[in-house]
Amino acid sequence: MAMFCARIRLIVTAMAILIFAVAALPAAAQQPNAVDPNADAVKEQQLLQQSNRIQGLGTIPDTKSYVIEQPMGRVWRQFHEVWLRWIGSIAVLGMLALLGLFYLIRGTVRIESGRSGVKIVRFTAFERFMHWMTATCFIILGLTGLNITFGKHVLLPLIGPSAFSSWSLAAKYTHNFISFPFTLGVILIFVVWLAGNIPNRVDIEWFKRGGGIIGRDHPPAYRFNAGQKGVYWIVVLGGTVVAVSGYMLIFPFYVTNIAGMQLAQVVHGVIAVLFVAVMLAHIYIGTIGMEGAFEPMGEGTVDLNWAKEHHSLWLEEEGARIGPGEMERQPAANYHGFRITDPNVPRS
Amino acid sequence: MARMKFLCDADRCIDCNACVTACKNENEVPWGINRRRVVTINDGKPGERSVSMACMHCTDAPCAAVCPVSCFYTTADGVVLHSKDLCIGCGYCFYACPFGAPQYPRVGNFGSRGKMDKCTYCTGGPEPDNTPLQYEKYGANRLSEGKLPLCAEMCSTKSLLAGDGDIIAEIYKDRVAKRGYGSGAWGWQTAYRETIDT
Repeated sequence: MAMFCARIRLIVTAMAILIFAVAALPAAAQQPNAVDPNADAVKEQQLLQQSNRIQGLGTIPDTKSYVIEQPMGRVWRQFHEVWLRWIGSIAVLGMLALLGLFYLIRGTVRIESGRSGVKIVRFTAFERFMHWMTATCFIILGLTGLNITFGKHVLLPLIGPSAFSSWSLAAKYTHNFISFPFTLGVILIFVVWLAGNIPNRVDIEWFKRGGGIIGRDHPPAYRFNAGQKGVYWIVVLGGTVVAVSGYMLIFPFYVTNIAGMQLAQVVHGVIAVLFVAVMLAHIYIGTIGMEGAFEPMGEGTVDLNWAKEHHSLWLEEEGARIGPGEMERQPAANYHGFRITDPNVPRS
Repeated sequence: MARMKFLCDADRCIDCNACVTACKNENEVPWGINRRRVVTINDGKPGERSVSMACMHCTDAPCAAVCPVSCFYTTADGVVLHSKDLCIGCGYCFYACPFGAPQYPRVGNFGSRGKMDKCTYCTGGPEPDNTPLQYEKYGANRLSEGKLPLCAEMCSTKSLLAGDGDIIAEIYKDRVAKRGYGSGAWGWQTAYRETIDT
């Protein structure tokens, strides 16, 4: 009996081993020689090649921290520290040098026929307010903005880190808050002066003859000549771009992510320094570049002869509206937005 | 002098966030600021990897280069620090940083972000070492006591390594040689312009 049991045990064991061996065969065939748990793993360089930034999921509420690597910060740095500095320096200093040279060659453009003494209204008080509000904001924004890019190389060595930081902090807040009246000014300029700034055929002729500043004659122009229209559209379009890109930076992460903010800063910086350069030229013509050009924005009136030379078609329009010869006959008369003052005739 | 670096061995990180907690506690970082965070890439998919990331203390640091008031400086140990007295909170370092390290205490509209805060490698700031003033502004100064940053010191899987760059690179190389695989030193190419050959 015992022998029978032993034999049964042997058979069962042998069969069990056989079954296990057969069952184990395919499993052993499937098992690779070396285990590589990294076969599926994400690779840093591969991810960077795919999208130039690596983003995942985190457990803290700050979702923008889920971007763990964005090497294009290096590109932005290259822009801010090298390219913008070159673009800004060339644009601003180049424009100043150009204007200085131009002044030496051309000097102040005089009113050729001299002053008539008769003055006509060119800009209303509201238009002048709108202009000077925008202009004041622009100068403050320009200086505080240039400080962010150039201050640490120009001003920091002069006044030291502590004073420079205090100034820059104040400048940053000023820059941010002054942007609001500036934006309002740009909107007002757009609306109020739009009608006079639609390009037309006269502008082509004006450009061909180099206007009154580069050319030696006086091509006809309506209320705004082609050069002024250029300034208008630079202010409106440039101002819009600078304002929009600036607000994207004032309200971080509201409308865009880090890549969008880098782009916004690039656009803001480049357009702003070009804007400053153009406005330097605008200031030049409005002050020392041309006789009688400051008065319309200063007092609101221009000399009749200045208007004849620089805005002949505008003067005709104005004359037609109130009747020819009216402006000489009716001194100190108040017309609809058109006042003529002759200092030689005593007021009654 | 040593050149201090961080190295996160992504094959070991288990996304436990102890480094994040340790950092917040050790430095008493205010609400909303995380000097270190763990990000999981391809979460829930095969081959997901978690990486603990903070300021990498870059060679030729971009934040320092773009700062409009030059408030950054690099210590003799290669740690990138900044002065909160000089910082104007403009946010430029955040645009430039490849690792999203700079943090701001306020939500930050109208440029009122407050003074920037970031990982100091547990090295304090420009104030005299181990003074209450330094602690209040910048947090712990463990390096001056001969200790490494707490995040790395208490990492349970020793995934996060801190110390001299050459030494931690050697440790990582040995690991990769022993276990037969590695997924690279995350961020090293971007931060230090070098990788660890394994």
